[in-house]
Amino acid sequence: MKSLYESDFLVIRDETKCIRCKVCVRQCANEVHQYDEEEDRVVADSSKCVGCHRCVALCPTKAITIIKNPLEFRANYQWTERAIKDIYKQAETGGILLTGMGNDKNYPIYWDRLLINASQVTNPSIDPLREPMELKTFIGRKPERLEFDSYGNLITEIPPQLELEVPIMFSAMSFGSISINACESLARASMEVGTFWNTGEGGLHKKLYPYKDRAIVQCASGRFGVDIDYLNAGAAIEIKIGQGAKPGIGGHLPGEKVGEEVSKTRMIPIGTDAISPAPHHDIYSIEDLRQLIYALKEAVSYKKPVGVKIAAVHNVSAIASGIARAGADFIAIDGFRGGTGAAPMRIRDNVGIPIELALASVDTRLREEGLRNQVSIVAAGSIRNSADVIKAIALGADAVYIATSALVALGCHLCQNCHTGRCNWGIATQDPYLVKRLNPDIGARRASNLLRAWEHEIKEMLGGMGINALESLRGNRLMLRGVGLNEKELEILGVKHAGEGI
Amino acid sequence: MELKTKKRIYAKEDVCIGCHLCEIYCILAHSGTKDLIKAFNRVNRPSPRVLVEEKEGYSITFALQCRHCDDPLCTKACITSAMHRDEKTGYIICDEEKCVGCWSCILVCPYGAIIRDENKKVASKCDLCIESGSPICVENCPNEALELRELEEDSK
Repeated sequence: MKSLYESDFLVIRDETKCIRCKVCVRQCANEVHQYDEEEDRVVADSSKCVGCHRCVALCPTKAITIIKNPLEFRANYQWTERAIKDIYKQAETGGILLTGMGNDKNYPIYWDRLLINASQVTNPSIDPLREPMELKTFIGRKPERLEFDSYGNLITEIPPQLELEVPIMFSAMSFGSISINACESLARASMEVGTFWNTGEGGLHKKLYPYKDRAIVQCASGRFGVDIDYLNAGAAIEIKIGQGAKPGIGGHLPGEKVGEEVSKTRMIPIGTDAISPAPHHDIYSIEDLRQLIYALKEAVSYKKPVGVKIAAVHNVSAIASGIARAGADFIAIDGFRGGTGAAPMRIRDNVGIPIELALASVDTRLREEGLRNQVSIVAAGSIRNSADVIKAIALGADAVYIATSALVALGCHLCQNCHTGRCNWGIATQDPYLVKRLNPDIGARRASNLLRAWEHEIKEMLGGMGINALESLRGNRLMLRGVGLNEKELEILGVKHAGEGI
Repeated sequence: MELKTKKRIYAKEDVCIGCHLCEIYCILAHSGTKDLIKAFNRVNRPSPRVLVEEKEGYSITFALQCRHCDDPLCTKACITSAMHRDEKTGYIICDEEKCVGCWSCILVCPYGAIIRDENKKVASKCDLCIESGSPICVENCPNEALELRELEEDSK
């Protein structure tokens, strides 16, 4: 069948700069660039280009640029280029449209409608270069009250906590969805900076055991890689109920990606599809969830926090309340912008709600019910920079998870083709030739640089607000003002409009 | 004690991505220009002195250049003493003025690290960028798969 789908991108080569070194030919796993020996020139098949910029980055003479295909469809608000192309694709394949990374549609980004306060005259701002600034964060259940003996020693037993130097953790990405070098990069950055990484539902590869003290191990519906050693290896356990990119559906790692290493780590035969069911087949109620939480706590002798990760959906605050009552030590809420290694495009782009609204509504609900101290909240899915982190903390998060930002730090260019397994940057692939492209020494350095940079920025912004400890910002929504938001949005976010005083 | 090299380039096979940029920058370093495009457009452009070894299917790739052996065979085989050890650095260098292109060094090199310069008809090999002092292949490897290591006293 002749395809009606025209290229998304055009590869433009400056012939005066091209030295025919063929680096682009070797580096493109999509086989866009080919060397024509007869003509002694490098030619490109733009139809295969995904716009990942690998060739652009490695071309030593900067001879290549990639542009969006300027081919214009007749202007039509209803029938956009994307809408038409999606239909061509489905008419040619008869399949569900698959994609990677997070929802890229034009929904409101509430982070960009929230503004941060600063001190002027009546209260002094703080210079973080000259005065101490505390970002230390503890994730876990906090006791109702503290009791001390007559000598002033603490006698209240403190439930297990995760101790973070920065309120930013790496979100769950399994070995399988990302490469071993990507996992190792994030794991090493967590060790260096003093935060945590998350195994996702991929088990813990033997090579990653040295970083286990900084790992949150996930227990998801497929139970891949879960055994007692795995549970005891991690610093905390996370029960994955849902994921922001694909709420309500499970996961599917195709058999061709289940090579020897993935097979061993996930504890499944080589070449078999790793299917995570949509629900946990032993969880059909909050009571069932409570059973699993306590089964896991029992398994690790109540020494590690056990959390639950859910996607932000319509009834998220009631669900979070149930999770808190079920005994979880932390709740991770993943907003609809959250990324994925593969998801049906319609689900990624249309299911779930923004994390900003979900986070505010969960924090409010838990406070109203007097449950907030019993459980920490981790906000995930769309954190792009340190300002988003500050806003999330002010809306009530104890910490945030980052994943897309972390991968971008490793070199990801958001081409959204993770599901093809041909990641030219060595991140979302299991092809050994491609995996080598991500040197974990460089990856760890880049990821920890990102965290350190954000740490500095957070301190600067906190200082500007006259706050010297992140704890004082947590849930402090008076430090935020909305711009261009309607009454209902402001009500849910619990913030005043810009221009309103205290 | 006999002089030996104090530095050697090591390849990290597990992160070599087979892009061949080391070869491309090696050509630049020995082309007499600082412009990559000019270097490649020259009729008599030099051959790279570092070669990326590849196994079928790219399962193994790594860059190999002269090891500057402690006990080199090439200097012994050289009939004109063009191939010699530089007294200052301990590097093995080919004096192109003396080289007559008999290729004895190429025959004996156990690493296959010496190549024929087709233009000048002399033996050509890695000189660890002796003039600039910093090997250009190491500087330009995009994945830090090449490392210039200072050698320990005892291995000198």
